[in-house]
Amino acid sequence: MKKYAPFVLLAILIAFPLVVQNSYYQHLLILVLMWVVIGSGWNMIAGYTGQVSFGDAAFFGTGAYTAGLIASKLGLSAWWGMAFGGFTAMAVAFPFGWICFRLRGAYFALASLALNEICRHIATIWEDLTEGMAGILIMPTFLSKIPYYYIALALAVLSVVMVQIVMNSKWGYYFLSIREDQDAAESLGIDTHHYKMISLNIAAFLTGMAGSLFMNYMGFIDPEVVFSLHDISIMAILVGIVGGVGTVYGPVVGAFVMVAVHEFFRTGFFGFFKGLAGLTGSEFLIVVAKYIGQAHVLGFGILVVVVILVLPNGIVGDWNKIIRKLVPMKNKGVAT
Amino acid sequence: MEVFLQTLVAGILKGGLYSLIGMGMSMIMGVMKIINLAHGQLMMVAMYVTFACFHFLGLDPYLGLFVAMPALFLLGCLIQKYTLNPLMEVESILPENQVLMTVGIGMVLTEIARFIFTSDYKSVQTSYSGATFFIGETSFSVALVIAFFIAVLFTLIMFWFLTKTDIGRSIRATAQDKDAALLMGVDSKRITIITFGLGSALVAAAGTLLLPVYYLFPDIGGPFTRKAFVITILGGLGSTVGAIFGGITLGLAEAFGATYIGMAFDDMIGLIIFILVLLFLPGGFKRLTKI
Amino acid sequence: MILFRVENLIKYFGGLAAVNNVSFEVQKGEIFGLIGPNGSGKTTIFNLISSYHPVSSGKIYFNDQDITAYKTHKVCKSGIGRTFQVVKPLGRLSVLDNVIAAAFAKVRTKHEARDLALETLEFCELAHRKDVIAKSLSIGERKRLEITRAMATKPKLLLLDETAAGLNPSELDAAIDLILKIRDRGVTIIIVEHIMKVIMTISDRIHAINFGQTIAQGTPKEVADNPAVIEAYLGEEYAHR
Repeated sequence: MKKYAPFVLLAILIAFPLVVQNSYYQHLLILVLMWVVIGSGWNMIAGYTGQVSFGDAAFFGTGAYTAGLIASKLGLSAWWGMAFGGFTAMAVAFPFGWICFRLRGAYFALASLALNEICRHIATIWEDLTEGMAGILIMPTFLSKIPYYYIALALAVLSVVMVQIVMNSKWGYYFLSIREDQDAAESLGIDTHHYKMISLNIAAFLTGMAGSLFMNYMGFIDPEVVFSLHDISIMAILVGIVGGVGTVYGPVVGAFVMVAVHEFFRTGFFGFFKGLAGLTGSEFLIVVAKYIGQAHVLGFGILVVVVILVLPNGIVGDWNKIIRKLVPMKNKGVAT
Repeated sequence: MEVFLQTLVAGILKGGLYSLIGMGMSMIMGVMKIINLAHGQLMMVAMYVTFACFHFLGLDPYLGLFVAMPALFLLGCLIQKYTLNPLMEVESILPENQVLMTVGIGMVLTEIARFIFTSDYKSVQTSYSGATFFIGETSFSVALVIAFFIAVLFTLIMFWFLTKTDIGRSIRATAQDKDAALLMGVDSKRITIITFGLGSALVAAAGTLLLPVYYLFPDIGGPFTRKAFVITILGGLGSTVGAIFGGITLGLAEAFGATYIGMAFDDMIGLIIFILVLLFLPGGFKRLTKI
Repeated sequence: MILFRVENLIKYFGGLAAVNNVSFEVQKGEIFGLIGPNGSGKTTIFNLISSYHPVSSGKIYFNDQDITAYKTHKVCKSGIGRTFQVVKPLGRLSVLDNVIAAAFAKVRTKHEARDLALETLEFCELAHRKDVIAKSLSIGERKRLEITRAMATKPKLLLLDETAAGLNPSELDAAIDLILKIRDRGVTIIIVEHIMKVIMTISDRIHAINFGQTIAQGTPKEVADNPAVIEAYLGEEYAHR
C-alpha cells in the first residue's frame, strides 16, 4: 500500500482544482506545491548532504528577480524566468559554495545566512536595476488559478522525482557519505568539495525555479518578501525538518503542514478568535485576534524550538517514534 | 585629516562595545562549539530591560547594568539548561540543530518584545545622551567614552575571571578539550550553563551601554547577531583575544565605511568583511596571533 | 618490484617533528609492518600518505608516480585504501550502503556497485550483517567494515591502522586470517599495529620508529632482536609484565 501512496496523492492533486473550485484553497495548494520544491532543494543540501543552509532565500529571491527583471527590463514574458531562474540561482550558488566549502564547521551555515543578507541589501540598494523597496509589479498571465496550479504541480513532481533519482545514484550515496563522515568519505575516493558543490547547485536550481514561479504567480515582489530570512529561509528549514530530514517525501509532508500552520496563524486560528469576538463582543478577544494575526513569526519561532527538541528528524523521519508515543498500548502488548 | 581623526575615534569607541559583544559570543563558541544566533536578540532583551527600568522606575541606564546583567545571566542560563542542553541527548541527523535552536529562540525573544513594547522606536534620553567634549578638533561623545571604559573594565574582569578563578579555568579547559575536562572532573553541563549565562551578561552590558546613544526596537537583534558572528569569524572561532581585535576592526570598518562610502552600506560592511575573511584569512586573526 | 616508497618524509606540527626523515620501500605483494610506541608517528605517516596532512618535506611514490601532492580522494582513486584507527563508519547507513558508497570509486552504475559491494562483503565475511545500520555494529564488526569498505575501492595497496586493537582473541584470529586472505588476493598491505602477536606473525618485513625516526628495519626476527627496538618499545612493554 505504501508503494502506491505517492500515486494516489498525485491523482488527488491532479483532480483537486477540478473538484474544489474555491480559489482560496487553490491558492493555498499552489503555495504548498511551491514549498515542496523549495523544501526538496533544502533537503538535498542539508538533509542529505549535511550542509545546513540558513539562506535559501538568496536562491529563491534570485530566481524571483530573474523572472521579474526579464519582464520589467527586457519586456519579455516573465515565464522566461522559469527557463533562466534556476540557472541564475546556480550562478549565485557556485562562487558561494566554492568559497565556503573549503572550510569545515559552522562556516557554511553562517555564510549562507550572510549571503541571504547580502542579496537582500543588494536588491534594496541597487535601485536602478531592482527598483529597490518599491519592488517589481507585473501583470498576471492568467486570471484563473488553475494554470498556475498545474505548473506548480509539474515543478513539484519534477523536484520530488529528481531527488528520488539522484538519491538512488552514485551522487546520492556520495552525498550521504559526506553527511555521515567527511574524513571517511574522502578516504573512499569521494571529492567532497566537488560533490557538495553538485548538491548545493541542485538545491539552488530548484529553489530558483520556485522563486521564478512565485514571481509569475504573485505578480509582485520586493526585497523584503523574497529575500526574507524568516518567511523564506527559516520556513524552508522548517518545511525540511518538520516533514523529515533526509527523506524523499519529507518536504511534501512538511510543505502541507507548514503552509497550514502559516495560514493558521495568519488568519488568527482560521478566524476563530475574530468569530468569537464578534459573537461575544469582547474587546479583549478582538485585541487577541489582532495580535495572533501578527504573531506568525512568534509561532514559527516556538515551532522551531519545539520541533528540534521533539521531532528533530521530522514527521517522516521520526514516524516510528511518534507511533510509539501515540500508541502506548501496542508497545506494552509487544513487551509482555 | 579632521574627518579622518573623528572617524577613527568613533570607530574605536564603537569597537570597544563590539568587543564586548564578540567576547560573549566567543566564549559560547569556545565551550559549546556553536554559533549563538540569538546573541543580538539577547542584547535587545537587555536593552528593553534597561529601558523599562529607566521608563518606569527612573533608573539611570548605567545603574540599569545592575539589573540587566543579572537578568540576562539568568535568562542565558535558563536557555542553555532547558533548550540547548537537552539537545545533546536528542538523536538528530543535522549537525547544526543547536544553531537552529538559537535562531528559533531569537525569533521568540524578538516577537515577545514586540508583544510587550510594540514595534515603535524607543530611546532613553538622559542628560548626557547628546553631550560631547573636545580634544583638539575631535569631538568625543561622553556616553560612548564612558561605555568604552566600562567595556574595557569588563574585558579586564573577564580575563581575570578566566585565568584566575576555578570556574574560569574550567571554562577554558572545557573549551580546549571537552572530553579531557570531563575526565578531570569538570561538570561540563554546569559549565555550559554558566558560560551561556556569562556570554549573555556580557552582551547585556554592551546593549545597556549602547542604549543612551542609540535607539531601540524589537528587530534590532538581527543586525547585532550578524555583527557578533562577523566579529567571531574575524577573531577566529572561539578566541577571546581574537574577539577584541575583531570588535575593534569591525567598529573601525563600519565607521570608515559610513564616512567614506555611504550610510546605506553600514550593514553591508560587516558582511563584506565576512566574505573577505573567508576568502583570504580563513581562521581569522587567531591564525595570525596564535592566541 | 617496489610498489610504494616514501623518501625522507618529514612532518612538523608547530615546532615538533612528528615524523622525522623516515624512508622505506614496500615490495609488491608483501605485508609491511610499521611499529613503534604510542605517539611515535605511525598514524601520522598514514595521514601523510593519504594526504590528511600535507607533508612538510619529502616524497611519496606509488607505482613510480609521485603522489605527494595528491588530495585524499585522489590518493584513494590511485589505488591506496585505508582504514582508521578510530573507526569512521557512515553511522546511519546500512552496512551494505557503506560498502556501496565505497564501490562507486571504481564502477559507474548502482547495479555494478551493488554487485561489487556484495562480493566484497562476502569476501570479508560480513555479508550476514549487510542490512544492519552501521553504528549498531560491535567494535570488531566495525573494524571489519572499515576493511571491507577499503577493499571495495579495489586498492592495490591497503593501509591498515590498528585493525586488531580492541578485538577479543577469536576476533583477533579472524582478523589475521582476513589480512592474509587479502594479501593472497595480491593486495600489498602496510599495517600499523600494537599487538605484537599480530604484527610478528603476519609481517614479511617490519619498520620500527620512535619519536618519528627510524630505529630499525628488517624481518620480524631481526627487528625483535634489535636492541634499540627492545629498549624503545618491547623493553618498556615487557618490563611491566
